Amino acid sequence: MFQVRIHGRGGQGVVTAAELLSVAGFREGRHAQAFPSFGSERTGAPVVAFCRLDTRPIRLREPILAPDALIIQDPTLLHQVDVFGGLTHDGYILINTSRSFEELGLDEFAAGFRPERLSTVPATEFALKHVGRPLPNAALLGGFAAVTQQISLDSVGAALREKFPAKVAEANIAAAAEAFAFVTQQMREAARA
Amino acid sequence: MLKQVEGSAAVAEAVALCRPEVICAYPISPQTHIVEGLGKLVAGGQLKPCEFINVESEFAAMSVAIGASAAGARAYTATASQGLLFMAEAVFNAAGLGLPIVMTVANRAIGAPINIWNDHTDALSQRDCGWIQLFAEDNQEALDLHIQAFRLAEELSLPVMVCMDGFILTHAYERVDMPTQEQVDAYLPPYDPRQVLDPADPVSIGAMVGPEAFMEVRYLAHVKQRQALELIPAWASEFKRIFGRESGGLTHTYRLDDADTVVVALGSVLGTIKDTVDEMRSSGVKIGVLGISCFRPWPTAAVRTALAGAKRVVVLEKSMAVGLGGIVSNNVAASYQGSPDHVHTVVAGLGGRSITRGSLRKIFMEAVEERLEPLTFLDLDYAMVDRVLQREREHRRSGPIAEAILRELGVVAAKIG
Repeated sequence: MFQVRIHGRGGQGVVTAAELLSVAGFREGRHAQAFPSFGSERTGAPVVAFCRLDTRPIRLREPILAPDALIIQDPTLLHQVDVFGGLTHDGYILINTSRSFEELGLDEFAAGFRPERLSTVPATEFALKHVGRPLPNAALLGGFAAVTQQISLDSVGAALREKFPAKVAEANIAAAAEAFAFVTQQMREAARA
Repeated sequence: MLKQVEGSAAVAEAVALCRPEVICAYPISPQTHIVEGLGKLVAGGQLKPCEFINVESEFAAMSVAIGASAAGARAYTATASQGLLFMAEAVFNAAGLGLPIVMTVANRAIGAPINIWNDHTDALSQRDCGWIQLFAEDNQEALDLHIQAFRLAEELSLPVMVCMDGFILTHAYERVDMPTQEQVDAYLPPYDPRQVLDPADPVSIGAMVGPEAFMEVRYLAHVKQRQALELIPAWASEFKRIFGRESGGLTHTYRLDDADTVVVALGSVLGTIKDTVDEMRSSGVKIGVLGISCFRPWPTAAVRTALAGAKRVVVLEKSMAVGLGGIVSNNVAASYQGSPDHVHTVVAGLGGRSITRGSLRKIFMEAVEERLEPLTFLDLDYAMVDRVLQREREHRRSGPIAEAILRELGVVAAKIG
């Protein structure tokens, strides 16, 4: 089982991101379970959503306390919520930011993890460029596909097409593709370094 | 067809396949997505003939369902929590009149303190209202139970409540196998009412009944519920024949063979319990699970048989009888032939408190090692409770309890589980 926890703020589409990820997993023939944690539903309040992927039916209903991967939609949460809680040392982290782990003041923290599994992506910038709105979901899922290789970019695209009208879906797919390429490039550079 | 959808969307689609003719509802979390989905299907013309009636309250929702059903229409509504309480008088009436309404209850806690999250207090508060109450373990079963519910309701002329855990199921995206219209039509014939308000053949429904006959009418309600105990397994078998999968029935058993310790529960927590039991089985603990899919009528014989070999029973319930202990456990104890001292109540998950494998394993091991108290509250913060009690001893005007506890707790948004 591969467990993903997504942190964001109310209004950023955290719940939708988990749902899209589950649809992408389902499209690849896996069992997938996405569910929200309805803490505070206010816009801007910290929100968490979860997604499990497995080859077997998923019965477990507890929140994801020991994730294999984290998607952080808003880096300002780093100082407010224990976003890294329970993450395993070979876990993946993807943060929506134009800054690096070092610039976020996380270099010391990051030293305990496998560097090729840590990634940042300016997902909001890609969303503004392609979609025209600051909704970083699709780009983050593109980045997630690149860094974790748990799902393909095509499956992310298929999930977006299922969820949104054609025009919106295509714009989001472009954002996801750019994020996928960005993270892939970042990983190549890290591998060379 | 296999699809990956939200639980609410799956239920809305399944209800639509049952061809309801009147849907009346008032929105309340976490039920809202179900009736929104049905509203769209009616507005878009995919579900017809069907009238979607926006009502002004839950009391009106059930009253309209009663009227529609009495007029011979297949009627459906959905609610949760305070909504169910607000319609309670009409809920009893629907059962007393013997009208085959189907209602989803997206299980949620009851206030005060106000809480939108999941537990079973709402449905279990209505356990004696005369409705059949079915509990779904996952979204596939939630979907399937609605199809079975219409069949059952109309055959018995009794209303059926399908209970599914709010948020945990209603808002979870998971894989479901959506049946075809042909399959549902093969299982569920058109509604042929036992009683109907028909101007061509007039009757009155809803007589006043005095002491001379009231007990007989009430006794017949009991008889009908006992009849349901025969019909529910029969229709679950029929369902399997047409749809190709096991769903519903009275109880589900899991790894009961040679189990000394049996955990009894309702609803979606059964999944987490089964995973915990698998872990414990792999380290040699003889433990199994009894899931109650039909809470009313209470399946006495099935529970008795399932617990026949159990040395001890742990009833894990998302409800409590304040001042007594457990609700479900009281029912279980009455069906268990061993000593009632060996039936333990574990109240868990009230108001959406997470139920984790770690906490379950700990409490189940306490049971196995015969250290478990008769009544336990899973993961309760006793220190906090003690501080509140201390303050009450020290100050006459100790103030509102909920607010005091929230002050002690500080920021909750930072927590994950």
